[in-house]
Amino acid sequence: MPPLLEIKSLSTHFFTDDGLVKAVDRISYDIHEGETVGLVGESGCGKSVSALSLLRLIPNPPGKIVGGKIFFEGRDLLKLTEDEMCEVRGNKMAMIFQEPMNSLNPVRTIGWQISEPLEIHLGMSREEGLKKCVQLLTDVKIPEPATRVNAYPHLFSGGMRQRTMIAMGLGCNPRLIIADEPTTALDVTTQAQLLELMKNLTRDYQTALLIITHNLGIVARYADRINVMYAGRIIEKGTAVDIFKNPRHPYTEGLMASVPRLDYDIKKKLVPIEGQPPDFLNMPKGCSFHPRCVYVFDRCRVETPELIPIFENHEAACWRNVK
Amino acid sequence: MSKKTEEQIEPRRISRIGPKAILRGVLKHNLSRAGIVIIILLASMAVFAPLLAPYDPNAQDLYQVLTGPSTDHWLGTDNVGRDLLSRVIYGSRVSLTVGFFSVFISVCIGVVLGLIAGYNGGVADMIIMRIVDTFMCIPFLPFVLVLAAALGPGLKNIILALAVLGWTGFCRIMRGQVLMVRELPYVEAARAAGASGFRIMFKHLFPNCLAPIIVAVTISLGGFIMLESTMSFFGLGVQPPTPSWGKELRTGYSYLETVPLFSIAPGILITLAVLAFNFLGDGLRDALDPRLRGEGKKIK
Amino acid sequence: MLNKDKILLEVKDLKMHFPITTGWMFKKTIGHVKAVDGISFEIARGETLGLVGESGCGKTTTGRALLQLERPTSGHIFFEGEDITGMEEKALRALRKKMQMIFQDPFGSLNPRMTAGEIIGEPLQIHNMVYGKSEYEKKVKELMVTVGLSPVMMERYPHEFSGGQRQRIGVARALSVRPDLIVCDEPVSALDVSIQAQIINLLEELQEKFNLAYLFIAHDLAVVRHISNRIAVMYLGEIVEVATQADLYRNPLHPYTRSLLSAIPVPDPIVEAQRDHVLLEGEVPSPVNPPSGCKFHPRCPIADFPRCREEKPILFEIVDGNHWVACHGG
Repeated sequence: MPPLLEIKSLSTHFFTDDGLVKAVDRISYDIHEGETVGLVGESGCGKSVSALSLLRLIPNPPGKIVGGKIFFEGRDLLKLTEDEMCEVRGNKMAMIFQEPMNSLNPVRTIGWQISEPLEIHLGMSREEGLKKCVQLLTDVKIPEPATRVNAYPHLFSGGMRQRTMIAMGLGCNPRLIIADEPTTALDVTTQAQLLELMKNLTRDYQTALLIITHNLGIVARYADRINVMYAGRIIEKGTAVDIFKNPRHPYTEGLMASVPRLDYDIKKKLVPIEGQPPDFLNMPKGCSFHPRCVYVFDRCRVETPELIPIFENHEAACWRNVK
Repeated sequence: MSKKTEEQIEPRRISRIGPKAILRGVLKHNLSRAGIVIIILLASMAVFAPLLAPYDPNAQDLYQVLTGPSTDHWLGTDNVGRDLLSRVIYGSRVSLTVGFFSVFISVCIGVVLGLIAGYNGGVADMIIMRIVDTFMCIPFLPFVLVLAAALGPGLKNIILALAVLGWTGFCRIMRGQVLMVRELPYVEAARAAGASGFRIMFKHLFPNCLAPIIVAVTISLGGFIMLESTMSFFGLGVQPPTPSWGKELRTGYSYLETVPLFSIAPGILITLAVLAFNFLGDGLRDALDPRLRGEGKKIK
Repeated sequence: MLNKDKILLEVKDLKMHFPITTGWMFKKTIGHVKAVDGISFEIARGETLGLVGESGCGKTTTGRALLQLERPTSGHIFFEGEDITGMEEKALRALRKKMQMIFQDPFGSLNPRMTAGEIIGEPLQIHNMVYGKSEYEKKVKELMVTVGLSPVMMERYPHEFSGGQRQRIGVARALSVRPDLIVCDEPVSALDVSIQAQIINLLEELQEKFNLAYLFIAHDLAVVRHISNRIAVMYLGEIVEVATQADLYRNPLHPYTRSLLSAIPVPDPIVEAQRDHVLLEGEVPSPVNPPSGCKFHPRCPIADFPRCREEKPILFEIVDGNHWVACHGG
């Protein structure tokens, strides 16, 4: 079965006054029907830009998708016209954003906003749309959905707004939902509720889920496969179990060692990754991670490594794996 | 100790906050560049007036009254034979001086009161704001004219009259900014460190609230020059024989049909000055805003 | 609870109620936001007390109350035995040398128009602790090296530093007056994951070097775990559990603590697959109108009615001096 989404060598560049920023530099990965894939990286690594690129929502100027292919259900999204792309957005591919406070229109009711994509893509009438809304709100466990349909967003808490976003995303039964840091702005307990909800719903609706986050715990709990991003490139790919058990890129390894964990009995010292993430305007030569790498050797400073398969379904972009 | 961190430190970006960066930002736009050039020219005109003016602006030549442009008098002469070009050149001194000083005094009063009102809140804020409201209820132009008439003509009095009403705008702007900035964590950090109210107001709040004030200043300069011209137009302002753009405009009004240049020349200069300051204000606003809202774009 | 001699800070029944007013001219109070509703705790010299809770639980307000950035509505705060509640500004200034704060926002907590050197040295100037420019510069450079910044960066502006470096500037600033206690208000929440560890390690090193006490406020139990000796868990303005770091994680007693721990995913898929996930229903109630009795009762999986709805549980000791919990179910 061909994958639902196949990204090949996608590049998105920003042409700024200070120089060229290769926010996304030739990334490739795929997502299968119904699976949950995690895209992990810290702030500034380009993961949100890559998600926006999938939906072709990059502001132009200053950004531009300069290369690659995005095959979704067999079609290259980069070759579609804007009208055809509009048909995909919200319908076949939906996105949930990070800031629940800002993602909802404050002057429209919840019902109006959720039924908007239903009316546009599925041709429903307002009444049909609102009925479906109530059902969706029930699915996302918002209490008293029949009354809430007519409420305005400012009455909702952050957690409830995110649930509304999830309801909006699921409305047209998309094949893929992209969740860009969906719980970062929320409390821990709300985060847990929401993620469980998303997991159950995507399983019930058989939707694929792309979770973009910097939180290793979230991808450990929910993702089947993981892509690790650093400085605009994917530097490691594999199943969740593989990557956590046997990280083959020093950055991934460093992340695991530096993240505080709940489950160690003995208080282990955190081992931070030294240095700072690179400046896109001033990228190091060779491997972009080499200035911070504890294993660095000569080749790293000169040649940029590509993703090298190590085991089945496990690749890493590091010269250590090539001997 | 994390040694590597120190080595990693490299200059992240060349641009810095400060006059140089702002200047660069302003110079990017053609309009504001034009504005700066014009302002420099006009200022030079005022400063070097004695060198530039071909004649003594007050020298009357009753044999050459109301001539049009000629080789002797490039812009012609006025109703008592004084060279118009010289009068217009010297007129820049009055107009620019009035504009500059009245704005300067307004800003001083308005900024200090705005700082106090915004930072202290409570009673001080209420009193100051009610005063501002009262002043703002009074129609600007008539009040300035009445005040000028009451104080009598003369350079100092116009400046005073303009300043007395002009400060309210700056006060409001400053207060608004202060209300925003005082909630920022670094102000709280200063309080936590034990900083006194004064220190917070002048070291922390003031520099960070300046941006909209600077923009307002440049635009007000244009506005106040206009006002001076208006006042002179109505007969208040500097006494004869001192020329000012507004005075000349006024006097030339009677001779529009015969010697239109009499009014048009100072008119053009007033327009130029106001435009130049407005262009500069626009450019400054663009240069200052994004720098203060966040340091450059962040890629996520 | 703790050795009386070693106690640096003691908080007794602290309450912070913020009035809600209507009307613009003649303000009328129609209610209160009970941000902090009667908490008590102690911090000894050189120890770290972690204060954990979610948004709205009052932990940040507590931190600010300690530094008297907000005046407490009622209750007492004792510092080195002296009651500092409601102290005059002038007297407080001397106190500010002993208690400092590190803020959450590495971007907003530094004045963008001051250089790093000026920011770090400002407390020194305020308290007249240096004489002359050269001594000032020497001290500032020393501080920068102590927190891992290169002294040549003294003349740079905050926007030229990265998030982690800015936070180091904040730490240096707090450290400049050699305080005894530093309130760390979510100091790593806004930082990248790989940088968080750097700052946490830095804070631990400094604590050892200068015998600092910390009140470490955070919402992330995993982060707090590494740096705290004891941890207090807050919910809706009250402390529901206090225990040593080891005890809290090994044997959480309060149902809220348990669900908080359960909600935090562990970066290990195999461990995760085996964990129980205790999910709470509903959301955190508003601090304006908190539930009666035990504030946690509407969401509590083991709530016992009518007792939990009517009777407010008080913090009582389970294990000798080391583990306290406020729950009827205990």
